[in-house]
Amino acid sequence: MDVLGHYNYWIVIFLMMAGLYTVISRGNLVKKIAGLNIFQTSVFILFISLGYITGSAAPILEDGVTLYSNPLPHVLILTAIVVGVATTALGLALAVRIREAYGTVEEDEIHGQDEDF
Amino acid sequence: MEQLPALLIVVPLLGAPLAAMLPNGRLPWLLATAVSWIGLAIAVLLLMQVLDTGTISYAVGGWPPPWGIELRIDVLNAFVAFIVAGVGAIVMPFAGMSAAKEIGSRKQSLFYCLFLLVYTGLLGITVTGDIFNMFVFLEISSLSSYTLIALGRDRRALTAAYQYLIMGTIGATFFLIGVGLLYSLTGTLNIADLAARLPDVVATRTLHTAFAFIVAGVGLKLALYPVHLWLPNAYTYAPSVVSAFIAATATKVAVYVLLRVLFTVFGADYSFNHMPLAPILMGLSVIGIIATSITALNQVDAKRLLAYSSVAQIGYMVVGLTFITTAGVTAAVTHVFNHALMKGAMFLALGAVAYRVGSTRIRDIEGLGKAMPWTMSAFAIGGLSLIGVPLTAGFISKWYLILAVLERGWWWLALIVLATSLIAVMYVWKIVEAAWFRPLPERNAGVTEAPLGLLVPVWLLTAANIWFGIDTRWSVGIAARAAEMLLGVAP
Repeated sequence: MDVLGHYNYWIVIFLMMAGLYTVISRGNLVKKIAGLNIFQTSVFILFISLGYITGSAAPILEDGVTLYSNPLPHVLILTAIVVGVATTALGLALAVRIREAYGTVEEDEIHGQDEDF
Repeated sequence: MEQLPALLIVVPLLGAPLAAMLPNGRLPWLLATAVSWIGLAIAVLLLMQVLDTGTISYAVGGWPPPWGIELRIDVLNAFVAFIVAGVGAIVMPFAGMSAAKEIGSRKQSLFYCLFLLVYTGLLGITVTGDIFNMFVFLEISSLSSYTLIALGRDRRALTAAYQYLIMGTIGATFFLIGVGLLYSLTGTLNIADLAARLPDVVATRTLHTAFAFIVAGVGLKLALYPVHLWLPNAYTYAPSVVSAFIAATATKVAVYVLLRVLFTVFGADYSFNHMPLAPILMGLSVIGIIATSITALNQVDAKRLLAYSSVAQIGYMVVGLTFITTAGVTAAVTHVFNHALMKGAMFLALGAVAYRVGSTRIRDIEGLGKAMPWTMSAFAIGGLSLIGVPLTAGFISKWYLILAVLERGWWWLALIVLATSLIAVMYVWKIVEAAWFRPLPERNAGVTEAPLGLLVPVWLLTAANIWFGIDTRWSVGIAARAAEMLLGVAP
């Protein structure tokens, strides 16, 4: 197996784990959103890597080019990026509202004020 | 008539921005109600058409599947779309008074915009025949439901919405990873096309990974025990109408996604014979049913109690589908419908309580049996249905579930179902006792019956609970046809 040749997949796995770990381990609500964003970004890279073929060109018809990348995963990821941006924006907006209501964005301090969190 | 599948999505999707542009007041509500009724009419027409002539395939934009997005409607998703649209059409009139009181008058038009977006997303998930499209609709409905939950009056609504956002996004992203891996294996996103191509690549590690990611992702959205932790807070602190709508539809749609993925995309043979999914799902569900039923007993807030009970009810549905028999899947699909009826009725009744009393804590329900007899009787009938008393819809679900269990010969599981029903008796009794056998406290002395605008929707759903407890030809008949289709028994 070509380990180094698949370096983009290794990056995907690293980012995915780093993001998910941040979401789980951090108590700061803003940092959690950042982790979530990194996690989602790793999936974008995964999709883009899936569509790429080594040495291929962008899928625009041109003389002399025979090998094209698959544009579909790239287009899918445009949609997923929009979803990711919306999620991040909403998450941060909620963090702002939580700070207004509780005066903090630290999970343990919020938990101290409200048992349910 | 040919355009009906597309209209089911397009009408509420156009209604949403329109509602946002209307001035605050009654207009956005009227628009949302009209849209939800149109949606119901379309869903009913589609269901009748599917029952008559079989699966409908609609090519969006005229691009033939598998290249274009296909809307594919068979007995199962026509039924689920009918449930979503039906609950929407009943909840929306209720929202008029309830939301006006619970959500500031300045946010009315935005509230109905979001509500219609959730409605669009849920209907979209059910009718689409494209797995990436399913992800997009999943996120449309999820993102707007996070916002709706955050509109609750209590500040804990914010933290509940935040928690749900984190869990829901992880779930949806898992689903997306799985979809990407499936695409890399087959080069297609169309569900029917995927189902045809996946058998060629059964032995690959990629497919195993895709399967694991998708099931885990849907499990998060489904609030499968033990990843249900977002659900109780979200249901408790959301505005009453939102709780009622989401409790009755969102998790049901997630159950539909699970059924679709396991039985149609991967196929029952792969899901349960190649993968050890049945014992995992069943084990988790059974533990979940017992644990969350007991947790429900200890709640002081009636909405929270119902939320925990919902997790247990989802357990019954998942247990049903792990039998991989027609009887089991029929029980699961029947319970999807019946649970939407009972939880819809009960959450709406609590919404009426919140409208008059301003709280749904059991302490504040004391004595309401006399002050609000109609509301509380509706709640009690919903409760009987939840327990599974004969002549209510809940009995039918439990009956079919137990039939399916006994068909397998697992009497211990039948005992667990009966035992957890007894726990349901106890937690429903907790509220009934407070309502009828405790005196009305001083602070609630002036409480009167809820207005008619709230009572009519509550009683519509309550009557449906009784109706479908007596006449099961329609509900169980469709569920059985859906089960046969999923398992490939019937043509």
